[in-house]
Amino acid sequence: MSVLLDILGSVGMWEAVLRIATPLIFGTLGVLLCERVGVLNLGIEGIMTFGAMVGWLTVYSGGDLWLGMLAAALGGAVFGLLHAVLTVVFGLSQHVTGLGITLFASSFSYYVFRLAVPTSSSPPTVEPFRAYPVPGLSEIPVLGPILFTQTAPTYLALALVAVLAYGLYRTPLGLAMRMTGENPHAVDAQGIDPIRLRIGTIMAGSALMGMGGAFLTLAAFNSFFPTMVQGRGWICVALVVFALWRPGRALLGALLFAFFDAFQLRLQTVVDGVPYQLFLMLPYVLSILALIAMARRARVPQALMQPYRRGER
Amino acid sequence: MRFERREHPSASLTLLAPIGAVLAALVVAGLLIAIAGANVFEAYGLILKGAFGSRLGFSETLTRATPLILTGLAAAVAFRARLWNIGGEGQFYMGALAVAGFGMIPALAGLPAPLVILLCLIAGAVAGMILLLLPLGLRLKFGVDEVVTTLLLNFVAVLFVSLMIEGVMKDPLAFGWPQSVPVPREAELPKLMARTRLHAGLVIAVVMALAVWWLQARTVFGLRSRAAGLNPRAAAFAGVPLGRTLVAVACLSGGLAGLAGAIEVMGVKGYVTTDLSPSYGYSGIVIAMLANLNPIGVIGAALFSAVMFVGADSMSRALGIPSYIADVTVALSLLTMLVALFLTQYRIRR
Repeated sequence: MSVLLDILGSVGMWEAVLRIATPLIFGTLGVLLCERVGVLNLGIEGIMTFGAMVGWLTVYSGGDLWLGMLAAALGGAVFGLLHAVLTVVFGLSQHVTGLGITLFASSFSYYVFRLAVPTSSSPPTVEPFRAYPVPGLSEIPVLGPILFTQTAPTYLALALVAVLAYGLYRTPLGLAMRMTGENPHAVDAQGIDPIRLRIGTIMAGSALMGMGGAFLTLAAFNSFFPTMVQGRGWICVALVVFALWRPGRALLGALLFAFFDAFQLRLQTVVDGVPYQLFLMLPYVLSILALIAMARRARVPQALMQPYRRGER
Repeated sequence: MRFERREHPSASLTLLAPIGAVLAALVVAGLLIAIAGANVFEAYGLILKGAFGSRLGFSETLTRATPLILTGLAAAVAFRARLWNIGGEGQFYMGALAVAGFGMIPALAGLPAPLVILLCLIAGAVAGMILLLLPLGLRLKFGVDEVVTTLLLNFVAVLFVSLMIEGVMKDPLAFGWPQSVPVPREAELPKLMARTRLHAGLVIAVVMALAVWWLQARTVFGLRSRAAGLNPRAAAFAGVPLGRTLVAVACLSGGLAGLAGAIEVMGVKGYVTTDLSPSYGYSGIVIAMLANLNPIGVIGAALFSAVMFVGADSMSRALGIPSYIADVTVALSLLTMLVALFLTQYRIRR
């Protein structure tokens, strides 16, 4: 029992929570945006992989860390555009298209990575984002090190939650976006083109997914290796349901999730006799449980997965 | 620009769609090869030579196609009923693990080989079924979307395999490598060609494709599963028992994916590791779509993927192009196939 308290009492553990949560926050916000305008984006797993690779590659070839984040965002947006053209313009199955994007984006990332680094026993590293203590605030006892001694992309992720929460609920654009996810015909009647809005939003959401991937190689770790995203994208898709499609709850979900992850990582080192695989299963099992818990309460955007064609019902 | 639905999509266009899709994917992949600095035609020539040029290459291609036919069928039967089984990868591993576990039963030793093989195949299929019935149960009971749950269960399944092969099923003779105890000799599938890895699993896979075709085209179950996919509400009104149909579809789909894993262990590897599958489960989704969910077409699509994978391996050794180009081409052909199918159903008008 005292072991558990030791873990929960350590500042390192709580600091890790926010770090682990960051890629999930980016990814969950990305999925949330896409689904709010009515499009499921299962491309996330591949887009995160591509973001991780291209972010790393940019910095590895001499670019600045923020240039790496930007490259990941742009790369994400390009794959988002592809997804949007196929699902919004052509109205193809969002499930299958998303999976196709994931398979394509991840194998393409591995291909480019292997071209850049033909043979390597240990993947080459880059100098990652350092923790940036916010002047003044980081000196607050306990809270300072936990909240205000993170890397810059983590602050960005937190700021994005606020921006999206405000944008979706307090601006005309946000209203139009939410309406597009509920009833695109009504949006069209208002003189707003739901197709353009969907394309733009999917690109923005996919850019966030790319940045979430880049956080993995540029802040959480310092190198890229295949299969490193490890289902984080799928977890984000589950977190959006848990969040009931609200940015604030998405943050809560990501933090809760990261808490369990940080906790199990530390528990592994102190608990003997329990196979480590059981601990590693925890994130995936928790995601499934979160889906079950929320399935009844979930109010899915009404037009989710329904292609919109003008003049067709 | 607008799209107009064709009243009667022509049969020849529908047949041409996968060919056009594959060609388009090959053109894009060719660009990637060219960017990498190799001669595209030489690269594709080497891929074909690697896949067909020798007895060994040809047998490898067929060996590689075997699990792909089965995972492709698994996805095709599920997608037809709009059951989004993306868990083929996990079901494949559970099927493989079940065979290794089943083989540990001492009573098997005295039985005749055909019986042992049959029992092992059933064990693998049942394990795959169970892993798919779980998320289907969650969908029917709580309304949880099975796409995400089947995807997440893939990771759980591989970790479970890792847990077992480093634990109770660990091979004590494997010098500490995490691999399962080997399957008993009686459970090994007979070889089809001497001195190659090609085994009788290919026959099982082709027979399964024919059986699935028959089930879908000639039985009440086939009609019901199609109706459930096309329009569940209308199907329910017409008296199709949706829940029961989906359970049957899940048993078939999960069973086929589990069978793929079982056959891979019994025919090729002989034991289970966590890298048994180079994402056969996910490739199955591409193959099902390329085949337009047609079970006979699955055989052709699986062959195409196998040619790419086997050929790219040998091309990669010769030209230094990363063999991931095969994965890129196969994934691309899924996207191009979606567009090709769209063009068969719609006309573009100015």
